[in-house]
Amino acid sequence: MITRREVLQVGAATAALTAGGAFTRAFAQQRLTEAELLRFDPLGTVTLLHVTDMHGQLMPVYFREPTVNLGVGEAKGQPPHVTGKDFLKRFGIPEKSAAAYALTDQDFEALAKSYGRIGGIDRLASVVKRVRAERGADKVLLLDGGDTWQGSLGSNRSKGQDMVDCMALLKPDAMTGHWEFTYGEARVKALIDGLGFPFLALNIRDTEWNEPAFEPMKMFEKGGVKIAVLGQAFPYTPVANPRWMMPKWSFGIREEDVRANVEKARKAGAQLVVLLSHNGFDVDRKLAARVAGIDVILTGHTHDALPEAIAVGKTLLIASGSHGKFVSRLDLDVAGGAVKGYRYKLIPLFSDVIAPDAEMAAMVAKVRAPFAADLKREVGRADSLLYRRGNFNGTFDDLICAALLKERDAEIALSPGFRWGTSVLPGQPITVEDIHNATAITYPQVYRTAMTGERLKEVLEDVADNLFNPDPYYQQGGDMVRCGGLGYSIDISKPIGSRISGMTHLKSGKPIDAKKEYTVAGWASVNEGTEGPPVWNLVERYIAAEKTVRVTPNTSVKISGV
Amino acid sequence: MAEKPRLKLPKEAKKGDVIEIKTLLAHTMESGQRKDKDGKTIPRKIINKFTCEFNGKPVFSTTLEPAIAANPYMQFYAKVTESGTFKFTWTDDDGSVTTAEEKITVA
Amino acid sequence: MRQLSRRAALLLGASGAALTIAGWNSDAFAAAKDAADDIAKFTGGKTAEKGKVSIELPEIAENGNTVPLSIAVDSPMTADNYVTDVLVVADGNPRPGVATFHFSPLSGKAEASTRIRLATTQNIIAVAKTSKGEFFTAQKLVKVTIGGCGG
Repeated sequence: MITRREVLQVGAATAALTAGGAFTRAFAQQRLTEAELLRFDPLGTVTLLHVTDMHGQLMPVYFREPTVNLGVGEAKGQPPHVTGKDFLKRFGIPEKSAAAYALTDQDFEALAKSYGRIGGIDRLASVVKRVRAERGADKVLLLDGGDTWQGSLGSNRSKGQDMVDCMALLKPDAMTGHWEFTYGEARVKALIDGLGFPFLALNIRDTEWNEPAFEPMKMFEKGGVKIAVLGQAFPYTPVANPRWMMPKWSFGIREEDVRANVEKARKAGAQLVVLLSHNGFDVDRKLAARVAGIDVILTGHTHDALPEAIAVGKTLLIASGSHGKFVSRLDLDVAGGAVKGYRYKLIPLFSDVIAPDAEMAAMVAKVRAPFAADLKREVGRADSLLYRRGNFNGTFDDLICAALLKERDAEIALSPGFRWGTSVLPGQPITVEDIHNATAITYPQVYRTAMTGERLKEVLEDVADNLFNPDPYYQQGGDMVRCGGLGYSIDISKPIGSRISGMTHLKSGKPIDAKKEYTVAGWASVNEGTEGPPVWNLVERYIAAEKTVRVTPNTSVKISGV
Repeated sequence: MAEKPRLKLPKEAKKGDVIEIKTLLAHTMESGQRKDKDGKTIPRKIINKFTCEFNGKPVFSTTLEPAIAANPYMQFYAKVTESGTFKFTWTDDDGSVTTAEEKITVA
Repeated sequence: MRQLSRRAALLLGASGAALTIAGWNSDAFAAAKDAADDIAKFTGGKTAEKGKVSIELPEIAENGNTVPLSIAVDSPMTADNYVTDVLVVADGNPRPGVATFHFSPLSGKAEASTRIRLATTQNIIAVAKTSKGEFFTAQKLVKVTIGGCGG
């Protein structure tokens, strides 16, 4: 197999020149060009374009990649569980380069000021159009890995319609999903009916007769190659999200169903088998090693952005990031029913460099118009960087926890370890849009209740096992639940029940008492009938009262067993 | 039984085919492990046996324990070599029996 | 074992899965020993060989009240060589018994599916007996989780 990595060279030259410290925005920008970002020496006759986990983001965003992203078991120390300087070294990326900014947390605040926001579906549209034009539309498949319809104020209020309307212009060939299902069965069906392209999910069956509930796969012919695209929705949607919102659907990894569909596709003459997956990277790595016959897995869910394809046996794994920051281009040379060679590039959509597509820009303006006043309303100001991604902490979550503690008069706050949510730079206003980018879900009620210390430990242990079970099939792919007013130690190498220790009630400095009850506030309960005000209202009220938000580094979680 | 059992199987098959059969019966499958609000154990009442016969010959049967979910669902197979009638029987702890029949034409 | 109170069900990310198991008295869990006893009774004390049996179950249950289970045994299912019975037990429920499937050559395939109740994270063990008196076995761990927080 010919492999050639399209190194993200953008900004490499710039980095070398910054030693003197004269690293201005203009200086950084002039080194980046659209032509350079998109430069690609075509290979074979098939091009796959992949976007995933856009999370309702139509506009360019700041999104800081994680500092901590630990792998366990066989995934320990393997991509995507490589961050920061190790990531730069592993992939040969110069410090302070555009690629370093797009792909890591290193020098984030300074580089964000230099390189600006990344993403924007109008920039994505430009790239897709250009690739289709240059390569020939008859050779290109555009695939959307899901988590597209949720994650912003506009998508939540329009129940996914804003994203659907914009994606319609982009004309993907297929998609799969996860958070999409949190709009409920009726809404999901209605949106799918109007898509004009298939919503693929081989791993969902109805809960009555145990029969496939969605189209499992679709055959395409591109560049003279018969391509089967199989869809795999997030296997644990009814566990990680409210099952009562989708009672007629049963999910799961369903490895046997994946295998059966791959065999069916091959029998039907597929020369290239692509799994459009929302399993999460580690699940897909295990699946690739166990199910033969998949040429490419377009991974999603865990929000990893990797500048190289990862090969597992004969299967290539692609990780295209999140929040509309990237689009992946994978060219494949397919002959005799086998992949003879590939060329891959993860393209960061630097919004100041790539010209927006006018048609898409107009659509974005149109779908945002009904909420324009709310979106831009300034609530307060950030005095330190607000971000979410990381296994244990994010400053935006610390802010949310502080708001829950104060606004619901609680001792302890729990905030879910979602991986979506954009960043706000120090000195920037915090808008209503920013708040919703971190909170926009269809079950936003903030509960207030009493919990024993024993129960709190159970919750932490349960979530930790979803993240650190050494068998990826038992992982759910979120990050650790965020805690306010509660400190703890975690040994990620231990089994469930033994990972968490040293739980501390931060206000008093006393150990958490297993038998004592504590007042706990939290949001995103998956239980039907949870009562309380929507989380964005509490956060808005809190920020408005604070005016300027400064989040100090969180040192209340001690990590070991790494 | 208030509700009729529901069946899913083909009406026609070729001689020697192995066909898939699915059945559903509405039943609470009270486990005998639950307590009511006064703390009294709710007595066990489950379907404890299910059988499928074809032209009087046993095809598949199962004994069921309280760990079987409410509205017991069964999926299994049958090899058909002649036309005839499937008979399905569910036996309750209280001795009552629910039956259903379905014909199949085998060519 | 997890003590699951009604109130716990209202808390963070607590899914119905572990918490509203219809019909289980949560402090009456049987030991894995009971499951082993049931298996010994079924095999008459013979050791079941690993293999031939496959169990399909979700790795993580969506709803402990109704967990889809499929059992398949690799067998020719002919009149002189077929699977007669498959015992299914769960080693973390109040009682280990789940079901015993009885097949015949008319079954065509030694495969059956149903839906089961799982009170907590545990192993489901299937033991198949053939008409020749052989025993085969497999097991699978199903996690029953509080849920929430994914994504």
